[in-house]
Amino acid sequence: MTVFDPHQDFFALFDVPRRQGLDVDRLESLYRDIQAKVHPDKHAHLSDTEQRMAMQMATRVNEAYLTLKDPLKRARYLLELSGHDVRLETNTAMPVEFLMAQMELREAVADAKDGGDIDALDALHRRLKKEIRAEYVTLQTALDAGNHARAGELVRQLMFQEKLLHEIGDAMEVLET
Amino acid sequence: MALLQISEPGESAAPHEHRLAIGIDLGTTNSLVATVRSGMSVVLNDELGRPLLPSIVRYAEAGKVEVGYDAQAQQAADPRNTIVSVKRFMGRGLKDIEHIETMPYDFVDAEGMVKLNTVQGVKSPVEVSADVLRALRERAELSLGGALTGAVITVPAYFDDAQRQATKDAARLAGLNVLRLLNEPTAAAIAYGLDNAAEGIYAVYDLGGGTFDISILKLSKGVFQVLATGGDSALGGDDFDHRVFCWIIEQAKLSPLSHQDARLLQIRAREAKEYLTSHGEAPIVARLSTGEFVDLKLTTAIFTEITHTLVHKTLGPTRKALRDAGLSPDEITGVVMVGGATRMPQIQKAVEDFFGCEPLNNLDPDKVVALGAATQANLLAGNRAAGDDWLLLDVIPLSLGLETMGGLVEKVIPRNSTIPIARAQDFTTFKDGQTAMALHVVQGERELVSDCRSLARFELRGIPPMVAGAARIRVTFQVDADGLLSVNAREQISGHEAHIEVKPSYGLNDDEIAAMLKDSFTHASEDAFRRALREAQVEAQRLVEAVLSALQEDAQLLSRLERAHVDNCLAKLQGVLLGDDRRAIDAAMDALSKGTAEFAARRMNQSVQRALAGKKIEEMDQL
Repeated sequence: MTVFDPHQDFFALFDVPRRQGLDVDRLESLYRDIQAKVHPDKHAHLSDTEQRMAMQMATRVNEAYLTLKDPLKRARYLLELSGHDVRLETNTAMPVEFLMAQMELREAVADAKDGGDIDALDALHRRLKKEIRAEYVTLQTALDAGNHARAGELVRQLMFQEKLLHEIGDAMEVLET
Repeated sequence: MALLQISEPGESAAPHEHRLAIGIDLGTTNSLVATVRSGMSVVLNDELGRPLLPSIVRYAEAGKVEVGYDAQAQQAADPRNTIVSVKRFMGRGLKDIEHIETMPYDFVDAEGMVKLNTVQGVKSPVEVSADVLRALRERAELSLGGALTGAVITVPAYFDDAQRQATKDAARLAGLNVLRLLNEPTAAAIAYGLDNAAEGIYAVYDLGGGTFDISILKLSKGVFQVLATGGDSALGGDDFDHRVFCWIIEQAKLSPLSHQDARLLQIRAREAKEYLTSHGEAPIVARLSTGEFVDLKLTTAIFTEITHTLVHKTLGPTRKALRDAGLSPDEITGVVMVGGATRMPQIQKAVEDFFGCEPLNNLDPDKVVALGAATQANLLAGNRAAGDDWLLLDVIPLSLGLETMGGLVEKVIPRNSTIPIARAQDFTTFKDGQTAMALHVVQGERELVSDCRSLARFELRGIPPMVAGAARIRVTFQVDADGLLSVNAREQISGHEAHIEVKPSYGLNDDEIAAMLKDSFTHASEDAFRRALREAQVEAQRLVEAVLSALQEDAQLLSRLERAHVDNCLAKLQGVLLGDDRRAIDAAMDALSKGTAEFAARRMNQSVQRALAGKKIEEMDQL
């Protein structure tokens, strides 16, 4: 059984480079390989102590995987590791063009929602998703070039956008039922 | 007790050490027990060769307890003491149970979970379930010829913490060592996947007697990874029976029914439903105690029509689960059908239309869950054979969170997180000098605590007095491989700690979970409104306290007239604080902020002066 170090960072846990650019398919395969070794079910016939340890390891591996597979969580984690405070709660400053574009989008969503226009919501959902995807590419470039200030700004914007995307999804759900 | 021998992980125990382990499907309508014999998962029949055990318990005179078919035979004659579908009461309070007035039982309200008064006294749903489990345990011991090492018990994927705990307690009460609580659709996926060496992404559509579960799993190289799960626990085969039951009453123009007659017609409705699976029409004949005579024919066309909305209702959670997994229907390799209710042709057709592929029915939908549970039990008992190298990664069905100020929910572990999982979140104090913190653990998807299910409350005491917002309380949620939650809270500076295993005193009922989930989408906009109101109230309360505390310290900075104005603003805000007029709250807050701006500036000045003065004293000391 490998020695378990609870202070090891998630990238080291999976032995992948500590960067935003990450092969998620490979991560998943590593995750399954590691879980296949540490999961408590694989140690069901061993002592309580060993089972407890297996439980702790499986828990940690799950947490690490959930953090790394999601680009936004991964970016926040990288910023945290680098000691860069994103100040998500207090720093709400965003570029004016971004805010204008978001307000416009929010209005369009509200209109589509009020009008029960599921096709319009679907189109907005797709448009936003495309924007978000492009933003993640920019974020990756910024982070992996060590531009933490810019990355922090992009993370804050993406949190905003992901939230809106989620809201559009919920609105579509309401209309579907 | 003999010591168990320990072998290397992955190695099989020697044949003579084979440990007896069983898998139990504890269903709403029927239950089964299965085991692995010579590497094959098999259902254990009763002495008459019947695989199913109806989940019905009758408490008769003189301490006699009948379980299964014997109890079923008496259900119309003795409805009060014959408990059917007890699974619906597990982990639930009286107020949680819908249509309680139409049930023939003598309910007793008890803390946390409802109880039933029978000729043998008051019985809890846990005890009734334990009687079903005991009958299955005895069947297994008789059939296997020895004492059992342990059992895997299945639960609907949508069961919450309280319902899982109640199920585990029932198993213990029945003398079973619980190796694991396993989600029903996941158990089915194991049975199907191992049997067919399946690879790819599968949906498990599980429509049982009282619950509907949908799970999306990725099967790859022996790993069964649940990607998302969803459901509607207010939906099952019973609801189809009920539609037919209502149709009978309407067609036969019957007067209000006695409990016996109602039970009789419910049985006739179920028989008709089952008959229609292989016939074009079903006769419904019954003579009631009132002398009324029922003689009807239910055709497939009518049955399909009256149950259309029920079939449609299963597709909402299905879509949601797919969305959670980030998949579309055409990305699904196959759909495994589970539960007796999926035998209905209209269900088969709806699923085929939705996924665009023919559902997989090559395993008996009644048995597949028990078969999968037996396989998992065998593995957990330590009977892993060479090549038996598979692993299961399951998820929690509903988000877990904590109540924060203003009755809002802070989600700590989101739904569909792979278990075991632990998540920590930091919270802080709301008031200056606050030394205790009440923690309220909830489960559900809505934003307001009152719309989620309360799981437990506990307190963290001994926080050192600090200004509001300075304390760091780290709350850690841990969900184990059974999907059961424990919560730990620790004040980071003093190290004070509190811990709770979430116990089943607060049952979250199926209907509620489903209703809660549904509501969180239907009332999304209403939620947003109420959330905004709560936030305004919390904000206002905070402002009031800040001003009061400032007045206590530095009232001398205000003239009598200025003080009167501040008091006036304060009183106005306190007057509207608890109302639901958000604009009035905002306006009063605005007025108080403006009214105290000058006061705040003076206080700031004073503290700067004091700091400077202190600095000067320090400097003078250094000279």
